Amino acid sequence: MATTLTINGKQQAVSLPDDVPLLWVLRDELGLTGTKFGCGVAACGACTVHIDGEAVRSCQVALADVWGDVTTIEGLGTPDNMAVIQQAWVDHQVAQCGYCQSGQIMNAAALLQAVPNPADQDIDDAMQGNLCRCGTYPRIRAAIKDAAQRISEGA
Amino acid sequence: MASIGKIARRTFLIGSAAIVGGVAFGIYQINKDAPNPLVAGDGEATLNPFVLINGDGVTIIAPRAEMGQGVQTTLAALVAEEMDVAWDDITVLHGPPAQAYYNSVFLGMALPFHHYGDSAFVHNLRKQVGKAGKLLNLQATGGSTSMKDFYERMRHAGASAREAMKLAAAQQLGVDAASLRTENSKVIASDGTEIAYGDLAIALRDITPPDAPLRAKSEWKYLGKPMPRKDMVGKATGTATFATDVALDGMKFATVRRNPKRAGMISYDDSAAREMDGVEAVVDLGDGIAVVASNTWLAMQAADMVDIVWEDATYPADTDSLRAAITASLNGEPDSVTRDDGDVSAAIEGTEITAEYYIPWLAHSTMEPMCGTALFTGNALELWLGNQAPTMVRDACAEAVGLSPEQVTLHTTYLGGGFGRRGEFDFGTQVSKIAAAMPGTPIRMVWTREEDMRHDFYRPAAAAQFRGVVNDGKAVLLDGKVAAPSVFHNSSLRQVGTVPPGPDRLHVEGGADQPYAIPNFRYAGHLTDLTVPLGFWRSVGASVNGFMLDTFIDEMAHAAGADPLQFRLDLATPEHAPSAGVIRRVGEMSGWTGETPDNIGRGVAFCYSFGTPTAEVVEVEDTGNGIKINNVWIACDVGTALDPSIIEAQMVSGAIYGLSAAMQGEITFADGEVEQGNFYDYDALRMHNTPAFEVSILEDNPFMGGVGEPGTPPSMSALGNALFDLTGTRARELPLINTFDLIL
Repeated sequence: MATTLTINGKQQAVSLPDDVPLLWVLRDELGLTGTKFGCGVAACGACTVHIDGEAVRSCQVALADVWGDVTTIEGLGTPDNMAVIQQAWVDHQVAQCGYCQSGQIMNAAALLQAVPNPADQDIDDAMQGNLCRCGTYPRIRAAIKDAAQRISEGA
Repeated sequence: MASIGKIARRTFLIGSAAIVGGVAFGIYQINKDAPNPLVAGDGEATLNPFVLINGDGVTIIAPRAEMGQGVQTTLAALVAEEMDVAWDDITVLHGPPAQAYYNSVFLGMALPFHHYGDSAFVHNLRKQVGKAGKLLNLQATGGSTSMKDFYERMRHAGASAREAMKLAAAQQLGVDAASLRTENSKVIASDGTEIAYGDLAIALRDITPPDAPLRAKSEWKYLGKPMPRKDMVGKATGTATFATDVALDGMKFATVRRNPKRAGMISYDDSAAREMDGVEAVVDLGDGIAVVASNTWLAMQAADMVDIVWEDATYPADTDSLRAAITASLNGEPDSVTRDDGDVSAAIEGTEITAEYYIPWLAHSTMEPMCGTALFTGNALELWLGNQAPTMVRDACAEAVGLSPEQVTLHTTYLGGGFGRRGEFDFGTQVSKIAAAMPGTPIRMVWTREEDMRHDFYRPAAAAQFRGVVNDGKAVLLDGKVAAPSVFHNSSLRQVGTVPPGPDRLHVEGGADQPYAIPNFRYAGHLTDLTVPLGFWRSVGASVNGFMLDTFIDEMAHAAGADPLQFRLDLATPEHAPSAGVIRRVGEMSGWTGETPDNIGRGVAFCYSFGTPTAEVVEVEDTGNGIKINNVWIACDVGTALDPSIIEAQMVSGAIYGLSAAMQGEITFADGEVEQGNFYDYDALRMHNTPAFEVSILEDNPFMGGVGEPGTPPSMSALGNALFDLTGTRARELPLINTFDLIL
């Protein structure tokens, strides 16, 4: 049952049953633990990754159904070379416990790809699937707007 | 910024026992009775329990759990401020379980005085009593105590370390230490020669760190200013390590199933589960089972297939029966009367009102389900847990697997939310037992969300009855009774096997202890004997009494024909100036006039909790398509604001936590089991229904207050009071969604 995935630009062979969700392939098999488990039913967004640039809940995508290249938080940027959205997160001091933030950032990154200059309503619509029990939403909103501005200025 | 690899290596160098092998030295006198738990490796020096120096720079031990409240950043700033460490050079570690990191505040909170009324004498008495926490090895994060606890201890550690650096450099340079100064992690000589702190690690071994006076507030460079959080880059890049992110060679993955009726296990049949893909073992935990597999998801699938016969619940099996038991206990004699001013039984002239309240059970619902990683090797157990009480958790885990505490090494990772839930031992002892069943195999365990929701230690439901009398626009009598099962007793029985003597002050906090000058003011606590597992939910008793008392105060204001904000101000002004100050400030911030357009409602609320008086104004709007919250204004007085950005974040966080619960939080029981299982039936505020916030931080309080919890209680009542202003319907029960058409 070997399946080959492209994750963060690298090909990875995985030997797990076809129905294992991508989330658990990433976390347990590939050691990409930046992607978090929160609910298992697509109700919290902590496991959000990109497949071909689209934000998806990795707890709901079976290994056999992964249809394109996967990007996780580790592929978005690194501590020494953060993506613009990650730098905005740091500058706005968004995270508290931090557990949901990988999912928040991946979802926000996909939003900015689709809507480069999001209005509040766009942010509401795109981000309401991502739960944060610490309540970091006001700073998330500010960081998204700031990142949009920086990207539009060619950051 | 230190890499995770470096942090892991340094973590390895820290022993969990007392001084071993004589390499650690130089215990600062404030901790002279508590040994330094840090063990210096080659080329390293520990100056006290809070500072470790090596060639890479300075590691600060911030021995309180980072559960999002920013505690490790400000604790590090306390040391760095005095020690002159460059901010970017600092690595922060939680450190091992150790007496040196005891909580010096908790025990003092139990003294029988209304906290807001503390004189300097009582304040010092609390400090002295708090020191007994050292004898109990009481290392715990909670009660919004961390800054009060370490404000002096960690600055002393930093000042002493700085002077030690100078002494070591003086020896190397052959000059007088008094001629040296420190800046940006360096000792600088009068001729301009600089020595980096890291280069003094070896020389420091011959130095006894001296005592040194603390700097004046006016000299602060870090404290009082928003500092970049030390955990922020890790959390923005997915590289911060939580307990289930720990990677060990040959690791297996586990999940558990335990009795949703919170009693024992009669029997189980795991034959189907054992045949499933990837399953390595099914472990009998006594009160449930664990499945170990090659992948967490496979373990979860298999755990579902174990056929288990559970014992029945020992508490009434459904929500209504539990409610009846709580309400009935209002009729008995009170278990505590910690407020009894004047005489509430006297005939008092005026307008009398009465009201009854009821609020539901609540779950903590942290984003990260309960979890842990463990490796058992026969005579040793190594644990990685996001936990709020390391010494006690270590001891409980040792006992669970038949080891002594010295044989257990506990690493406290980041917590994916705490809110009080991770002060419990259950997930720690479970992963310990699973690991003990598979010696030599590292085990990473995580619960399903459903297991987490149904095996919480809940905020209890509570009922209250109030009678108030107003006369000439003023409150002249308030007689309150609150009934609920005791969080403190329930938790004490579970964790230490006994119930401490004396009145349960947590049961009535946020009610009996409020700074209100009501001439006849009584507040009685009635305990309900129920075995539903209870725990410390953000702001604890203040989440109960804060809502109910303040809502009734609002009712009294209306009965008196008074402006609700002015009514509270009149009550607080003679009793506690900082409390009056935050009520006044929140009025100014929100432009409070007492008047709103027809489709807008505003409510004000106040609660003094954890040393911090906090007032909030909530504005709601009837959109025609449901009611939404537009704005929240918060004014708090923390005495000394060590990091305004973190305080602001905590106040907003606390309010969102409270608003979420007030709007829709409700745990219900059927057939002895909690009915809610996941975020689709126990949800919280999200981006689209989160209001705009404005926070004002005052510093007129003579004593430092906490910040993690005080934002929660007044948010609940301010919302209910705003809904009354909008609709004319008084919110006497929670959650509000059962009564009001709120936009979720």
